[in-house]
Amino acid sequence: METTVAEIEHLKKSFGTNHVLNDINLKIEKGENLVVFGKSGSGKSVLIKCLVGLIEPDEGTIILLGKNISDLKDEEINLLRKKIGFLFQSAALYDSMTVRENLEFPLRDLKSKPKEETRVLVVEALKNVGLGDAIDKMPSELSGGMRKRVGLARTLILKPEIILYDEPTTGLDPITSKEISRLILDVQKKYNAASIIITHDVECARITANRMIVIKDGICVAQGTFKELSESKDKWVRSFFE
Amino acid sequence: MSTGLKIMDNATLESVIEPSDHSYIKALKGFFEEIAGLTVFTLRFFKEAVKPPYEFNELARQSYLIGYKSFPLVAVTGFIMGLVLTIQSRPTLAEFGAESWLPAMVGVSIIREIGPVITALIFTGKVGSGIGAELASMKVTEQIDAMEVSGINPFKYLVVTRIVATTLMLPVLVIVTDVISLYGSYIGVNLKGDVSLHLFFLQVIEKVSFSDIFPALIKTFFFGFVIGLISCYKGYNANKGTEGVGEAANSAVVFGSLAVFIFDMIAVQITSLFI
Repeated sequence: METTVAEIEHLKKSFGTNHVLNDINLKIEKGENLVVFGKSGSGKSVLIKCLVGLIEPDEGTIILLGKNISDLKDEEINLLRKKIGFLFQSAALYDSMTVRENLEFPLRDLKSKPKEETRVLVVEALKNVGLGDAIDKMPSELSGGMRKRVGLARTLILKPEIILYDEPTTGLDPITSKEISRLILDVQKKYNAASIIITHDVECARITANRMIVIKDGICVAQGTFKELSESKDKWVRSFFE
Repeated sequence: MSTGLKIMDNATLESVIEPSDHSYIKALKGFFEEIAGLTVFTLRFFKEAVKPPYEFNELARQSYLIGYKSFPLVAVTGFIMGLVLTIQSRPTLAEFGAESWLPAMVGVSIIREIGPVITALIFTGKVGSGIGAELASMKVTEQIDAMEVSGINPFKYLVVTRIVATTLMLPVLVIVTDVISLYGSYIGVNLKGDVSLHLFFLQVIEKVSFSDIFPALIKTFFFGFVIGLISCYKGYNANKGTEGVGEAANSAVVFGSLAVFIFDMIAVQITSLFI
């Protein structure tokens, strides 16, 4: 049986006169990888930032794991966020901390966890992304691909039920991009988490997507599988895949 | 009943004002927005500061970085300040045959005014710009957003700890600077004289009263608070992009220094009511 983990209804967001999101509706099921496709500036990142409450929508309802986020107090939102992972475009590693400290940081509120258990979790998360050796390095010592992997490890450390990827392959070479895309697929299999992947990388979409939506002018203009959209009758949608 | 008064919207207002006046209105609007933003930020600080959980580890780390690491700079500055003030004051006092007043005069000047203000200004330049640039860079690289989506309150972790650390550390640095500055003055006195360290400090202590030390120390807490507050505000609300980082660091120093002078002026007025 499918379980809806996130539901967005009539979501609207404007910045001044720039209407970025104009009535977005979507649902995502447990264990599903949903790829959001669209041109740069089409509001893809704004969509996932609205989902985690980093940006407040002008209108619409967002239900995450059965909770309407607009009804939640700050403390309740923070608790809910522990169940949601977010991989930023730049990985957003904390510059002043080592890789180990970066990974320990989201665990700091869980005082019940003994130090040894935290250490095991950190090592395991790094091994999952193939970076067991980088534990004591500083973020400035890592390459772009390694930073993304560490960012993903930090995202996974709380074993989230929903993972949001903001352009996970942007700025990476084709080989590393493919590695990151496969990693996303591995994470889906291992954690059975629902993922929303914001990208305009066709190869990443091909590897990771169970379902795709295309956003244009703030609305969802097409949805389907990778194959369906790549063979779409709509020339504009098809142009993404050519 | 109509009062005959109409509230003009922005477009109407702009249409009746000369185009050259628009920049003034924009600047005025920006000024009031800044004041409102800073007020909200200050209220949020007090709200978050009293609400548990408390970030003691980060507060200790920030106090170390802000206090201990600023020490060499303020120590050198303090020493030079005392030395130069003594050398420059000597000829004037010598003209009136009051050279023996040199330790007392320099001591009172340093403890009451020069020590707190100069240390605060150096502190703004070193610590304020650092905080402004660090927070702005964290904002630009989405590190603050990353903290927020991890379910950790970035305001409490980054802002509250830094403001409390600057509030607590500046008075400590001022005390240290005052002492080193007085030592610099002692060296200055001895360049053309022969006064023992014991006698020098005795002369200073004789002329410095509680009413000199206490208000001077109290105002440094306010200086530390306002420097931390402005730096954090500028960094935390930086615009996107690398330009925003430079701008945040620059405004932290400019507005922080200005705030130090304004608070100093207020403190002097308040002190003069009681002394």
